[in-house]
Amino acid sequence: MKFPIYMDHNATTPVDPRVLEAMLPYFKQIFGNAASRNHVFGWRAEEGVETAREQVASVIGASAKEIIWTSGATESNNIAIKGVANMYRDKGNHIITQVTEHKAVIDPCKYLEQNGFRVTFLPVDRPGQIDIGQLHDAMTPDTILVTIMHGNNEIGTLQPIADIGKMCKAKGVLFHTDCCQTFGKVPIDVEKLGIDLLSCSGHKVYGPKGVGALYVRRKSPRVRCEPVVHGGGHERGMRSGTLNVPGIVGMGKAAELCRELMAEESVRTASLRDRLRDGLTSQLDDIFVNGHPMQRTPNNLNVSFLYVEGESLMMGFDDIAVSSGSACTSASLEPSYVLKALGLGDDLAHSSIRFSLGRFTTQEEVDYTIDRVVTAVNRLREMSPLYEMAKVEGIDLSTVQWAAH
Amino acid sequence: MAYSNKIIDHYNHPRNVGSLDKKDPKVGTGIVGAPECGDVMKLQILCDDNDNIVDAKFKTFGCGSAIASSSLATEWLKGKSVDDALQIKNTDIVKELALPPVKIHCSVLAEDAIRAAINDYKKKRAAEEQPADAAVK
Repeated sequence: MKFPIYMDHNATTPVDPRVLEAMLPYFKQIFGNAASRNHVFGWRAEEGVETAREQVASVIGASAKEIIWTSGATESNNIAIKGVANMYRDKGNHIITQVTEHKAVIDPCKYLEQNGFRVTFLPVDRPGQIDIGQLHDAMTPDTILVTIMHGNNEIGTLQPIADIGKMCKAKGVLFHTDCCQTFGKVPIDVEKLGIDLLSCSGHKVYGPKGVGALYVRRKSPRVRCEPVVHGGGHERGMRSGTLNVPGIVGMGKAAELCRELMAEESVRTASLRDRLRDGLTSQLDDIFVNGHPMQRTPNNLNVSFLYVEGESLMMGFDDIAVSSGSACTSASLEPSYVLKALGLGDDLAHSSIRFSLGRFTTQEEVDYTIDRVVTAVNRLREMSPLYEMAKVEGIDLSTVQWAAH
Repeated sequence: MAYSNKIIDHYNHPRNVGSLDKKDPKVGTGIVGAPECGDVMKLQILCDDNDNIVDAKFKTFGCGSAIASSSLATEWLKGKSVDDALQIKNTDIVKELALPPVKIHCSVLAEDAIRAAINDYKKKRAAEEQPADAAVK
């Protein structure tokens, strides 16, 4: 086993060696500007870009012409949300989203809210899904866009996007979905799911950082976005700027690998994930798996370990890289808004750890992780006044008057 | 968070973890913080007849800095008189552990815990010195 062990694939992934191999010529020999139409340097760069466009499109059942290159999913989300809002503002000023979206969706929506739009943030249930009935009730004749993510980055919960797509079609409302965590991991077909705009990113699927894509539907309906970045009119005028050719080629190769490996890989990572979950739940009391038990991304496990705090727990296995919803790991000192939106108390949010597995995770690493986490939790519970009160003194912690500072 | 070696040492080898008998009149107990805020510290002192702290124990739910701050506090408390113990300032803890700015509240909590434990002890002593019927009131 190689240390440290990486269990944070929802944050980012290593570049697959096959991806790097595909990219390298585009730094040296094929360095041309893909927009140079009058010489071979440009033509060859353009060929690389167009092959990559096909590769990304085919993962989601789209045509290559419907793919716009961006710098990443944050930019894709910004173009989709602000671009659609500005393009269709004569039609209406209402947008619907939900509370556990990534900040790259929430913040553009809040920006629009300050600029004359009305935004509805739908709540989620305990497993993290929206209620389709509430989505239906939130729609008005002014609604122009629904933006709801596919898989959640913290808790892995999948939203019912097929139902959402169907409802949006019936109402003539555009549907954007942030597929950062599901692109290349979960089957997606933009036609069958009724998706009009889709954001995805290279570095979540073993491609390079700094490159992403936005799918923009061209037929029934033909969707248009006002650009966020103005300039040379690249990418059908929706995203100006010289294309990041090596990055794009890498994302294309990464997408192709995902398409080939997805069926096998999603089963393998899900079974390792389940092994991790079962190993932890069989050896520790008072732990809760956050998110949906079935409808979730194949590689994510989010667990709250009652009576211990997430950051100190992570210090207990510092040779394993994970994330926590604890406030102490964020600059804001606020615990995860996603976990809070599920109705978890702040105490459970502080006690949460996100494990996210990947292509190169081994069973040996999973077993080692189980051992280390169990040991660390037990050690910290010995040190926890909450554990002592609840387990030794039999006090119901919810009845305690805390002297909060 | 990149922590100082001192914090990591206290986290890996916490001093004086444990509990003293809360009902003992010579024991003062302070519990501060709240689970919702992400840290709860329980700090206890055991005093001799001259109000000198002969033992100190802690249990902490919280981040590495909170654990280290309370661990350090118990080390400093032992051997001090309760009045000298009240002189311990959160800034001393910040300095000793090289706490990063976002973790200064952990040291504040440790100072609060020290004060709460000493107040509890002093209250018990005062009640002891009163006639029995006055203590009931």
